[in-house]
Amino acid sequence: MENNLITEDKQKNKLEKAFEILKTMASKPSGLIGLTIVLFHVVLALTSPYIAPYDYKAISPNTMLLAPSAEHWFGTDSLGRDVFTRTILGGRTALTVTFFGSLIALLWGGLLGIFCGLVGGKIDDVVMRVVDAFLSIPWILAMLLIVSLLGTSTEVLIPALGFFYGKGIVRVARAATHDVIAKDFIVSARARGHSNMSIIWNEIIPNVRDAILVEGAMRWSWMLLGFSSLSFLGFGVSPPTPDWGLMISNARGLMSFAYWSVIAPIVGLSSLIIGINLTADAFAKALGIDRSTKAPV
Amino acid sequence: MLLLILKRIGLGLITLFIVSLITFVGVEVLPGDACTTYLEREAYGAALDACIKRLGLDIPAYERYLDWASNVVRGDFGYSLSGEMPINEVLGPRVKNSLVLASVSILIGIPLAIVLGIITALWRDKLPDIMISTITIFSMTIPEFISATLLILIVAIWLGWLPGIVIIPSDATFYELLSNIILPVVAISMIMTAHMARMVRSSVIQVMASDYVQMAILKGVPYWKMVFRHVLPNALLPAINVVALTIAWLLGGVVVTEVVFNYPGLGRLVIESISNRDLPVVQALAIILASIYVGINLIADLMTLMLNPRLKSLQIRK
Repeated sequence: MENNLITEDKQKNKLEKAFEILKTMASKPSGLIGLTIVLFHVVLALTSPYIAPYDYKAISPNTMLLAPSAEHWFGTDSLGRDVFTRTILGGRTALTVTFFGSLIALLWGGLLGIFCGLVGGKIDDVVMRVVDAFLSIPWILAMLLIVSLLGTSTEVLIPALGFFYGKGIVRVARAATHDVIAKDFIVSARARGHSNMSIIWNEIIPNVRDAILVEGAMRWSWMLLGFSSLSFLGFGVSPPTPDWGLMISNARGLMSFAYWSVIAPIVGLSSLIIGINLTADAFAKALGIDRSTKAPV
Repeated sequence: MLLLILKRIGLGLITLFIVSLITFVGVEVLPGDACTTYLEREAYGAALDACIKRLGLDIPAYERYLDWASNVVRGDFGYSLSGEMPINEVLGPRVKNSLVLASVSILIGIPLAIVLGIITALWRDKLPDIMISTITIFSMTIPEFISATLLILIVAIWLGWLPGIVIIPSDATFYELLSNIILPVVAISMIMTAHMARMVRSSVIQVMASDYVQMAILKGVPYWKMVFRHVLPNALLPAINVVALTIAWLLGGVVVTEVVFNYPGLGRLVIESISNRDLPVVQALAIILASIYVGINLIADLMTLMLNPRLKSLQIRK
C-alpha cells in the first residue's frame, strides 16, 4: 500500500515536471512558436488523410499545371494532381520515418556512449576511433550507397538513418557520462558493490538523460533534413507517395511558370524543420543545457 | 609539443585506415557485387565468370583489400566501371571544380561570419542582433536544396538577373567557372556563414563575461580597444575548430547544392557514381571526402595548438 503511494507520487511528480518544462518552453515567444508549429504538423499528419479534398495520386490531363484557385487552393502539378492535397499529406512519411529513426539513434547512441564513458580504457579508445571514422564519411554518401543497394523502403530508411545519426549522440552521451562519473554518488555506488548495469541504469541515465534528449531533439531536425535531401535526390520515398522533398524536386524544372507547386512543399518542409529546431532550442534552455557552442556534427 | 602533433597525425591516420576498412567491407557486404551490377541481366555463365576474373573478384577479399589499399596510398584508385577509364582522370577536373567552389565560398563566408558574429554579440538582444540572428537561424535550418531552389526562383526566374541553371562542362577553365558560380557560392556560403556567425557570437559573449574583460573595463580601457585587444583574440580561437567542422559538415550539403545547380564537382560525381553503381568510384570518393574531413580537423587542431600558448604544455582534451 505504502509502496503504491510512493510510485503514484513519483509518477505525479514526473508529470508535473514534464508540464513544468513545457510551460518554461512556451514562456518564450520562440519556444511557443516552435511548439505550435510542431503540434500543428503532428495534428495535420494524423488528420490529413481524412481532410484531403482530392486523391493524392489521381492523375488527370485536364487539370495540368492549373494556377491556384478556389477549387485547387495551391494549384495542380504537372500530372494534374492537387498540390494542396499532396502538401498536407507530404509530411506523413517524413515525420514517421524520422521520428522512429531518432528513437533508434537515441537508444543505440545513448547507450553506447554511456557504456564507453563508464568503461573507458581500451574499449573506449577503439569504439571512439570507429565512431570518428564513421563521422568522417559524409552521411549523404553512406546513406545513398545503402539506399541504392538495399532499396528505399521505410524498413531500410529507419534503421539506416537511425544508425547514421546516432554516432554523434555517442559522443554527447560519452561526454555527459564523463561529467557525472567522477561524482561521489557513483563512487559510493561502486563501493556498495553495484554492477556496471545497475550503475548505468540507476545512477548515470537519470543524470545524462537531459543532455541526450536535447541532442536527440536536435538530431530529429537534422534527420528530417537528411531524409528530405534523399527524397529530393530521388533516393527517398518512391512516387507516387506524396513527400515534400520529392515534390520540390519534381516541380523544380517547371517552376518558371508553375511556381505554386514548388512553393507549397517548401513552406511545409521549412516550417516543420524550423519548428523542430525552435522546440529543441527551447527544450535545451528549459533543461538548462547550453547548446550554443556546439558544432554541427 | 612535437609529440602532441605527431600523436594527432597518427590518430588521423588511424581514422583513415578504419574508414578504408569500412568502405571496403561495406561495399563487400552489401548485396550485389560489381559484376552483377555491371552486367545486370546478363550476369550468368561465361560472361559472369569472365567479369569476375577480369576484376579479380575470385581473389580472397583481404588480398584485394591489401592490393587496393596499397594502390590508394600511392594515389592510384584503379579503374572506373562505367567509363572504363582511370578514376584519377575522372576525379581530377571534379576536384578542381569543387575546390574553386569551396574556396570562393570560404573566402566570402569566413570574414562575413566573423563580422556578423561580432556585431550580433556586441549588440546582443538589440535590433541588429535580432535581425541578423533570425536570418542566420533561417539559413541554418532550411535544407540546402530549398535555399538553392528559392535562390534560382527569385534571382534567376523572377528577377532575371542571372541564368538559373548553367551547363558547365567538367573541364571548364577557371574563368568560365568563376562567372557561373555566383548562385552556388551564395547558396553554400549562406549556410556556412550562418553556422560560423552563431559560433562567433556565443564565443564573443562568453569572453565578454570573463573576468579579464571585466577587469579591462574597470581599468578604463576604451571600448573598441578592449574589443580588439582583449576579446577578439580569445573569442576567435575556439571558433577555428567550429569553422573546420562546419566546412567538413558541408561536404554533405555540397552534394545537394551541386545537383541543384548542375555544377560538375565532386558532389555531383557522388550522385552519378551511385546511380551508375560505380563502386570503385564510390570507394575512392569515400576515402577522399574522409581525408578532407580528417585533414581539415587536423589543421584546425594544430592551428589551435600553435595559437594558444596555454595548450602547448598541456594535453588537450580529445
